[in-house]
Amino acid sequence: MNIQEYINSGILELYVYGALSPQESEEVSKVLKQYPEVETEVSEIEEALKSLASAAAPYNPEEMLAAIKAKLNSHGGIVQMHPTPINKRARIISFISVAASLIFLVGIFVLLNRTNNLRQELRVVEAKNAIMQTKVDDSENSLNQAKTILAVIRDPKVTKVPLAGQQVAPDAYVNVFWDKENNKAYIDALGLPEPPQGMVYQVWSLKLDPLTPTSMGLLEDFSNNENKVFSFDNPNESQAFGITLEPAGGSETPTMDQLYTLGVVTNNA
Amino acid sequence: MQPDDLILRLQQKDEKAFERLYTLYSQSIFGVINSVLHDTEASEEVLQDVFIKVWDNCDSYSSKKGRFFTWLLNIARNAAIDKTRSKSFKNQKKNLTQEYFVDIIESKNSFSNKMDAIGISKYIKTLGEECKKVINLLFFKGYTQKEASEELSIPLGTIKTRNRLCLNKLREILVE
Repeated sequence: MNIQEYINSGILELYVYGALSPQESEEVSKVLKQYPEVETEVSEIEEALKSLASAAAPYNPEEMLAAIKAKLNSHGGIVQMHPTPINKRARIISFISVAASLIFLVGIFVLLNRTNNLRQELRVVEAKNAIMQTKVDDSENSLNQAKTILAVIRDPKVTKVPLAGQQVAPDAYVNVFWDKENNKAYIDALGLPEPPQGMVYQVWSLKLDPLTPTSMGLLEDFSNNENKVFSFDNPNESQAFGITLEPAGGSETPTMDQLYTLGVVTNNA
Repeated sequence: MQPDDLILRLQQKDEKAFERLYTLYSQSIFGVINSVLHDTEASEEVLQDVFIKVWDNCDSYSSKKGRFFTWLLNIARNAAIDKTRSKSFKNQKKNLTQEYFVDIIESKNSFSNKMDAIGISKYIKTLGEECKKVINLLFFKGYTQKEASEELSIPLGTIKTRNRLCLNKLREILVE
C-alpha cells in the first residue's frame, strides 16, 4: 500500500469525523496500528478538529466537572445499594393491578345485571303503554263517533224518520237520520233486540206504490257496536225504511213476516 | 497520540481517569454541541448528559472501531440532535437560523486559549464558503459523505479530497 496516497485520499479525516461505515472504520483502525505515520496523521487531524470545536464552545466547561461527578455517584448508588425497595414497590404495584382488575370485573358484572333489570322493567312499561294507547284510541274513536252522531242529529237538513215496532217485536224502535244532501243515512238501532245466532238485521229503502224494497245493507257486528249507530249510503228516493231479520249474509228480498220496524218518511222536511 | 491508558482505566471505572479525559475532551465536545444547539444553557445540559453516558457506556468503546474522540463525537451529536427535537427546545427556538460554527466563532469575544484563538480567527477569515459548509456538515453535524454530497451538490468522489484540503489549511495555521 502506498501510505502517502492513502493519507492524501482524505479517508483519515472522515475516519475521525465518524463519517465512514463501521466496516470502513475497522479497516482504517487496522492500518493505523500497522503504520505509525498514519497514526501520527490521525492524531494531528484530531488535534486540529479539537481546537476548531473548542473555539465553538461558549467557554471552557471545567467547572461543570464537579456537578457531573456528583451525578455519576448518585446515579450508580441507587441501582446498587437499594434493590429491595424496587422489589417491594413492584409487589405493591402488582397487588394494586390485581385489585384494580377484580374491582373492574365486579363493576362490569354489577352493570350488566343492572342493565338486564332495567331492560325487563322497560319491557313491562312498554306493554302497559301499548295497552293504554289502545284504550286511548278506543276512547277517541267512540268520542269521534259520538260527535258525528251528535252533529247528524243537530243538522236541520237531516230528516229524522222514526221506525215503529211491528208484530214480531212490538217494543222495538229505530230512528233513521237521513242526510239527503250527502246521500247518507244513519240508523240508530239501540231499540232493537240482539239478533239470534246466525241471523242479521237488514235495512231496506222502500217505495210505497207499488211496494219496491231496495237493500241498503246489513247491521253487521250488531252486538259489538256500542252506540248501535250504523251509517249507510242511501242514494235512493226513499219513501219509507224497514228493518227485517234475515239469515247471515242478508237476502235479496225482505222476509216480510220478520219485519221488526217500519216507518214512513214525512215530506215536511 | 490517543490516551489509551486513560481510556482503559476509565473502562475500569477509575474516576481520576474520567476527570483527565474530561479535561482533555470536554471543551471540544461542548463546542460541537453548541454548534448544533446555538444555546449555552441547553448545551450545558447536553454536555452533562453526554459525559454521564460516557461513564455508563464506556465499555462499548473499542479502539478497533475507531478513535475515542470519534466515539465521543457520535454520542454528543446524537444527544444534541435529540435535544433539538425535544418539545421544550422547539418551543424556545422557533426561529432557529441556519448559523453554524463559523458564526459562533466569529461572534465570540474571548477565547480561553489565546494561541489557538488567534489562529482560528485567522483560519475562519481565509476559509472558503465551500470549506465552511463541508466541515460543518461532516464534522459538526455528522453527515455521511453521501448526505453531504447531496446537500452541497458536490460529486461523491470529490468530497473526501476537498475536505482534506480544507482541513490542511487549518493545520498549517495551528502549527505556525
